[in-house]
Amino acid sequence: MEKQQFTITVFTENYSGLMSRVVSVFSRRHINIESLTTSQSSQPDIHRFTIVVQVTEEMVRKLVAQLEKQVDVLKAFYYTSEEVVYQEIALYKVPTHVFSNSENVEHLIRKHNARVLVIEPEFIVLEKTGHEHETTAFFHELEKIGIYEFVRSGRVAIVKPMERLNRYLKELETEQTN
Amino acid sequence: MKQQVTSTETLEGPPKTERLSGAEAILRCLIEEQVDTIFGYPGGAIMPVYDALYHYDKQLRHILPRHEQGAIHAAEGYARVTRRTGVCMATSGPGAANLVTGLADALLDSVPLVCITGQVYYHLLGSDAFQETDVINCTMPVTKWNYQITSAREIPEVFAKAFYVANTGRPGPVVIDITKNAQIEMLDFRYEKQGPIRSYKPKPKPSTSALTAAAALINAAERPLILAGHGIQIAHGQEAFRQFVEKSGIPLACTIHGLSSIPNSHPLHMGMLGMHGNYAPNVMQNRCDVLIAIGMRFDDRVTGNLEKYAKQAKVIHIEIDPSEINKNVPADVPVLADAKEALEKLLPMIKEKQYPEWIARFKEMDAEEEEKVIRHDMSPSEDGQIRMGMVVREVSRQTKGQAVVATDVGQHQMIAARYYDYESTNQWVSSGGAGTMGYGLPAAFGAKLAQPEREVVAFIGDGGFQMTIQELGLCAQMDTAVKIVLLDNNFLGMVRQWQELFFDRRYSSVELQNPDFVKIAEGFGVPGKTISDPAELSESIAEMLAHDGPYLLHVRVEKETNTFPMVPSGAAVDEIVLEPQPKA
Ligand SMILES: Cc1ncc(C[n+]2csc(CCOP(=O)(O)OP(=O)(O)O)c2C)c(N)n1
Ligand SMILES: [Mg+2]
Repeated sequence: MEKQQFTITVFTENYSGLMSRVVSVFSRRHINIESLTTSQSSQPDIHRFTIVVQVTEEMVRKLVAQLEKQVDVLKAFYYTSEEVVYQEIALYKVPTHVFSNSENVEHLIRKHNARVLVIEPEFIVLEKTGHEHETTAFFHELEKIGIYEFVRSGRVAIVKPMERLNRYLKELETEQTN
Repeated sequence: MKQQVTSTETLEGPPKTERLSGAEAILRCLIEEQVDTIFGYPGGAIMPVYDALYHYDKQLRHILPRHEQGAIHAAEGYARVTRRTGVCMATSGPGAANLVTGLADALLDSVPLVCITGQVYYHLLGSDAFQETDVINCTMPVTKWNYQITSAREIPEVFAKAFYVANTGRPGPVVIDITKNAQIEMLDFRYEKQGPIRSYKPKPKPSTSALTAAAALINAAERPLILAGHGIQIAHGQEAFRQFVEKSGIPLACTIHGLSSIPNSHPLHMGMLGMHGNYAPNVMQNRCDVLIAIGMRFDDRVTGNLEKYAKQAKVIHIEIDPSEINKNVPADVPVLADAKEALEKLLPMIKEKQYPEWIARFKEMDAEEEEKVIRHDMSPSEDGQIRMGMVVREVSRQTKGQAVVATDVGQHQMIAARYYDYESTNQWVSSGGAGTMGYGLPAAFGAKLAQPEREVVAFIGDGGFQMTIQELGLCAQMDTAVKIVLLDNNFLGMVRQWQELFFDRRYSSVELQNPDFVKIAEGFGVPGKTISDPAELSESIAEMLAHDGPYLLHVRVEKETNTFPMVPSGAAVDEIVLEPQPKA
């Protein structure tokens, strides 16, 4: 089976120790987490992990089973890249003097659909959202001018199929009132 | 869970709470959970609980081993024979760290435990305070669940959850780490058992379609084989299993932890699976047409080379832990369920059948194993030394197959698994998944303490005995009548066997200079005797069994002998060998 990129969403109770448990499902199998983001989910009392990995489908199924085995994990799902809409955000700190002296800067910002967040006498902070290859492309162009600092966030993803968590929670409710 | 309204509640309003210290509340939680025994060891960070225990010695029996590892293996032994949750307690830092081996053991073998560890004050966490260890992170990968309590009011809820999680679904160990301030603070105590947890579904209902598909495969099978795992006894499903076996007429083989789920003498019991299991059941996994795996997880010691495992068979996998299904062996029909419930539901759906020709094939192979392996193991060596198998057989005969058998890890363990006739149930107390040397003596102690009316025999090797030998002191102090059979080959025998067979006899660090074991036992207050003559065996065993109290029978056995049959690592189950193979 071919390795491919999967986005795993994990819905959990909100306990401090849970991060280690979730991460160790991957680390003990030597699976590199390409990106990990945590946030609240659409249910205020349910926490959500969004994890990107490069594995076979057989492995991602096992990973999801191991994640769900954790007592405080409600549900985990996996999706191929086609099944999710996702974004990452990147910030770039570049020297102001280069900027003010170069004509193609405006062109660059327009071309990459980036935004200027801050202008200081010494540096400017630019922001760009997009997929990794897009934020990387912008990085390479800025590299020619000079970059002080670069950072990219983990992936945030919304799945195209209707969120299965809500269905799961509904089921739970009916189960418990019966 | 909906709260039940009792009559006192309606008359007097909601149930009263009591003002207690955290330490006392912990003990009250244990009593609410019907705990009668704690295996523990005191120290600074758990002292408030020990102080509270001083006033509860009528309700709670505290057992003081000589090492925390002894405490946790004893709790495992207790849990294995009773199927109730074993309880352990230790102080912070080194105390908690000494539990880690036992936790790993309990996780792999699905043993329900609740372990309470003291921790430094909340305000000191992260400051490298005296005996501060990050126990939650240390134990995270070896627990089913763990939690740090930092405030007394969390105690009732966390304990209720811990006991619920430990012994529902696939059982496992839980650690509760409690900061010292939480033991000292006061709380308004009220205990409620844990109801359903939304993130944890321990008892999946078997789906009708899965049961129907399983029954159809079973009814159409020509050469079916049942693999009986630990899950049957964990689910208290022995009776359901016996009925299923007898109606279906299907031969069965036990995994090592499936031993004693049905008597060895049952005509459909074909023996044990595994690297050193019996010949026929190992081979037949690769000859059967339908494989019915019940409450087992296709461990690599059972499957051998997975690429060549049971490819010809349709696999029905009855298992309570969803993550085990399709993990190692793909299931054609997965039945996600408690073993007992699944078997009871399947019983009316299956046909009454018999497989005389198929079973005859097992018997033929049994005869070969008898001739090539068992006859050897049952007779003294050429120079007149006792062999381990003779000892186990004789103990089995004299205890009529009814004893609880605890073992350590190594050759003697495999021999004990092979040659004791398990005629009772919940009588196998051994470290399978982890293979933890040092397990045998404390686990046997825990089993005997839990069920003093049963005979408990521990088969232990000379290597592993010295890992927890200090617990002889515990046996003596409590006068707990564990019968220890030390099978002394003066070697780390199992490792030596591998060096002989796979490393051209390069014996690297496997020979021991052993102490005078009987003297040591006597020093602890445990009487004993050394024998080396086969003629003394029967009488010495009788003497040991008749002794009222703990006893050590030190048996010098043949030094260099190999445990066969054996599925060499990397080989398929049907490539199992009965005797040493000539070098290619
Ligand atoms: C704690 C631990 N350390 C090492 C091992 C590896 N090991 C497995 S069997 C064995 C030899 C055991 O020797 P002994 O207790 O004398 O039993 P025998 O095999 O001789 O019957 C060893 C070292 C282990 N299983 N557990
Ligand atoms: Mg030995």
